[in-house]
Amino acid sequence: MTSPARCRSLSCALLFAALALATLLCAGRASAQDISGALDQFTQGNYGATEAALGELAVSGSPAAAGIVQALADGKLVFSNALPRKVFIETDKGLLDPLTMQPVPDPGPVKPVRVNNRIRRAIEAASGTLSLTSPDAATRLSAAGAVLRTRDEAALPALEKALAKETDRHVKSAMTLARSAIVIGMDGVPPEERIKAIEVVGAEGNQDALAVLRGLPDNALPEVKEAAAKEIAGIQHSLAMWDVVQNVWYGLSLGSVLLLAAIGLAITFGVMGVINMAHGEMVMLGAYTTFVVQQAIRTYDPGLFDASLIIAIPLAFLFTGLIGVIIERTVIRFLYGRPLETLLATWGISLILQQAIRTIFGPTNREVGAPSWMSGSFDIGQLSITYGRLWIIIFAMLVFAALLAVLRLTRIGLEMRAVTQNRRMAASMGIRTNWVDAMTFGLGSGIAGMAGVALSQIDNVSPNLGQGYIIDSFLVVVFGGVGNLWGTLVGAMSLGVANKLLEPYAGAVLGKIALLVIIILFIQKRPRGLFALKGRSIEA
Amino acid sequence: MSTSDTRPPALLGTSGLIFIAVLVAAAILVPVLNLLTAPGSALHVPTYVVSLLGKYLTYALLALSVDLIWGYVGILSLGHGAFFALGGYAMGMYLMRQIGTRGVYGDPILPDFMVFLNWKELPWFWYGFDMFPFAAVMVVLAPGILALVFGWFAFRSRVTGVYLSIITQAMTFALLLAFFRNDMGFGGNNGLTDFKDILGFNIQADGTRATLFALSALALALGYVLCRYLVRSHFGKVLIAIRDAETRVRFTGYRAENYKLVAFVVSAALAGIAGALYVPQVGIINPSEFSPANSIEIIVWVAVGGRGTLVGAALGAVLVNYAKTYFTSGFLAPYWLFMLGGLFVAVTLFLPKGIVGTFYEWRDRRKAATGEADEPVAEPRPAE
Repeated sequence: MTSPARCRSLSCALLFAALALATLLCAGRASAQDISGALDQFTQGNYGATEAALGELAVSGSPAAAGIVQALADGKLVFSNALPRKVFIETDKGLLDPLTMQPVPDPGPVKPVRVNNRIRRAIEAASGTLSLTSPDAATRLSAAGAVLRTRDEAALPALEKALAKETDRHVKSAMTLARSAIVIGMDGVPPEERIKAIEVVGAEGNQDALAVLRGLPDNALPEVKEAAAKEIAGIQHSLAMWDVVQNVWYGLSLGSVLLLAAIGLAITFGVMGVINMAHGEMVMLGAYTTFVVQQAIRTYDPGLFDASLIIAIPLAFLFTGLIGVIIERTVIRFLYGRPLETLLATWGISLILQQAIRTIFGPTNREVGAPSWMSGSFDIGQLSITYGRLWIIIFAMLVFAALLAVLRLTRIGLEMRAVTQNRRMAASMGIRTNWVDAMTFGLGSGIAGMAGVALSQIDNVSPNLGQGYIIDSFLVVVFGGVGNLWGTLVGAMSLGVANKLLEPYAGAVLGKIALLVIIILFIQKRPRGLFALKGRSIEA
Repeated sequence: MSTSDTRPPALLGTSGLIFIAVLVAAAILVPVLNLLTAPGSALHVPTYVVSLLGKYLTYALLALSVDLIWGYVGILSLGHGAFFALGGYAMGMYLMRQIGTRGVYGDPILPDFMVFLNWKELPWFWYGFDMFPFAAVMVVLAPGILALVFGWFAFRSRVTGVYLSIITQAMTFALLLAFFRNDMGFGGNNGLTDFKDILGFNIQADGTRATLFALSALALALGYVLCRYLVRSHFGKVLIAIRDAETRVRFTGYRAENYKLVAFVVSAALAGIAGALYVPQVGIINPSEFSPANSIEIIVWVAVGGRGTLVGAALGAVLVNYAKTYFTSGFLAPYWLFMLGGLFVAVTLFLPKGIVGTFYEWRDRRKAATGEADEPVAEPRPAE
C-alpha cells in the first residue's frame, strides 16, 4: 500500500523539479523585474489592458507589484492626463512613483484607473498570486488555498514559480494540489500531463482533492477520465477508511468515558455483589467538586486556573470516597446478603443526593471551564484529534492502571480479590470482610468522583449528570462480567466503539436502541458477562 | 410454621375480604357522592378527586402486578413501567382514533401529529385501533407478547437477580428512546393526548369519570382475586419455592423457567390493563412513562406496603402516591425527593416486610402465643 504511493510521490517530485527548472529559465529570459510595460498598459484606460497589466504584474516578481495591485484595489492608482501618461499611487502625502514609492513632482490633473467586476476578480487573482511569494508561510498557504478554490489559469505561472522556491512541506503540498487542480481544469493540456496531475491530486486523498477531480471537464479524453475515475474511487475508499478510523476514535473516547463511569461500579459490584444505584450521583458529586475548586481558584488565585483539574482530582476522590464510606457504614452494611434491597436503598440515596445538590447549587447547569491544555486539536492524516478527548482517554487508562495496581500489588487489593472470589472462605482466613466492604465502597465511590472531574469537561454539570450514565455503566459491568477489571475495560471500549460505528448507519437514537437490544440478547447467551469468574457454586 | 394446613386454603383471607369490601364500597360510594350530591354539600366528592383516586387505583393494580412477580417469584423487574405504558399506548391509540374530524387538522383518519408530520396514510400498526374490542385485546396482548418474548429469552438462559433487574431496565430504557422518536408513529415526545370520547361518552364528563373510577376499582378487585388465586394454587406454591430456592425446584423436576414465564406474562398483562385504565383518567400518555425512574418508583410502593402480601402492594401504591400528591403541591415540594429517597432507605432498613407484612408478622406472633395459628402467610424471603 505505501510503496506504490511513495513511488508516485517521488515521480511527482521529479516532474516538478523539471517544471520548475523550465519556469526558471523562461523567467530569466523575459527579465521579470521590468514592469514598466505593465504600468504603461494601466494608462490606456480600457479594461482589457488593465487586466493584462494585472496578469503581468502578478507574475513579475517585482517587489513593487504588491503595492500597485493593492492601490488599484483601493482606487488609489491614478494616471496623468498629460502625455507621456504615467501611473502614480495617490496617498495623503501626494502622488508617489509606483516603482520607488518616492514623491514625484506634480504631473497635472490625474484620473484613477477604472475598475469593474472583471477587473476586481483579476485583482483578487493577482493579489492571490502575489501572496504566493510572501515571506510568511501562513500567507502562502492561504494563497495556495485561494488559488485552489478559484482555479484561475492566470495564476499558473506564478504558482509554478512559487512552487520552485517553496521549502515548507505543507505549503508545498497545498501548492502542488492547486497547480494540479488548474492543470486538470485547463484546456489544451496534453493528456499525459493531465493524467500526471490527476495522480498528484489523487495522492492528496482528501475532500478538496475529490472536489478537484470531480471538476474535470466533460470534454476530456477517455483515458484521462478513466484515470480521474480511478483516483476518485481510490480517494473515496481512503476517505471511507478514515471515516471508520474517526468513528473508532470517537468510540474509544466514548468508551473511556464509560470506563471511567463504570469501573468503580465494577469493583463494588464485584466485591459486594450489589449494584450501587447512587454511583451516578458520586460521578455528579465529583463534577461539582470540580466546580467548587474552580470557583475557589477564580476567587483567590486566578493564575492557578490551568491546574484546577489536577487539584480537583484528588479532592474529588477523597470527598466522594468519604461519602461512599459513610453510605456503606450507615446503610449498606445492614443489608448484606440482600442485593435487591440494597439496590432500592441506594436508589433512595441517589434521590437524596440529587435533591441535596439541587438545593445547594440550584437545578440549572453550572459552568465548569476547560484549562488551556484541554482545548485545541491536531491532525493525523484525515483524523482530527482534540486534546480534550485525548486527555480523557489517557486519564481513563491511568485510572484503570492505578486500580489494577491497587488490586494486584497491595494488601487491601489482595483482600478485595479474596472476598470477591469467596466471601466466606476469605472471612475464615481472617480477612475482615466488613472492613474490606467499606474500603471497597469508598474506593469505588472515589473513582466515580474522579470520573466526575473528567466528565465535567464534556457534559453539563447539573444534578442530573449521574442519571445519564448509570444505565450505561450497568450495561458495561454486566456485559464485561463481574469481578474482572479487564472485562470492564473490554466491555466499555466495545460498547463505545459499537455505539459510534452504528451511529452513521442507524442514527444516534436507533443505534443506541440497537445496542441495548444486542446487550439484552448477549446476556441471554452469557448470563455472567464476557469474562465471568469461574466458580463452583450453582447459584453464582 | 403452621400445623393447620389440612383444611383447603381459603381464596380470600380476612385482609383480602376487607380489601375487596373497601373496593366495592368505594366503587359505589365515590360515584354516588360525586354525581348525586350538590357541589356545595359536605359529602360531595369533586370530579378531580374522582380522577385522582382512579389514578391511584390503577397504580395499585400496577403495584399488584409487580408484587406477583417480585413478592412471589423473586423477579425484581425494573422495567414494569414499560408494560404499563404499552397498555396505556394501546388505549391511547384507540382514543386518538375516536377524535376523528374534531382534531385541529380535521383529518378523519390520521391523528393530528401524523398530519403535522406530513404523513399520508395510517401506519399498519394503527389499523384496527378504531374498534374498541381490538384495542382492548391489544391492551393485554402488547405487553403480554413483549413479556413472553423477553421472559422466554431471559428465563430460559437463567438470567436471575440483579442481572435480570438490569436488563429489564435496559428494556424500558430502549423503549423510552424508541417512543421518543417521531418516526415511530406514536406521537414522539408529546405522546397521545387531547382525547375526546371513549365508547361514545365524553371523556371529560362527570359520569364517564365516575364510571372509569368504578371500573378501576373493579379491575383492581378482580386483579387481586386472580393473583390471590394464582399464589394459593399449586402453581403459586411452585412460584414461592422458585423464589426461595430456584435450583432446588429445578432439581425436583419442575421446569422453573416455564412457571416464571407464566407469572411474568400474567403480571405484564395486569400492568397493561392498569395502563389502559390510567390513560383515559389522566388524559395523556407520553414516553416518560417508560423512564427507568418510574419503574423503580413502583418497586418502592410495593416495598412500603409489604412485598409478597398483594394487599400491601395496593395499599403502598395508594399511600405513597397520596403522599406524593400532598407533598408536591405545597410549600414542601422541594423536599419531596428527600422524603421519597428517605422512604426507600427507611423501608429497606427498618421495615423490610412493609406495612402489611409487619402487621401480619405481629398478628401471627400473637396468634402463635395464644396457640391458634391461622392461615400461614407466604413470607417473602430475600431472593438471592
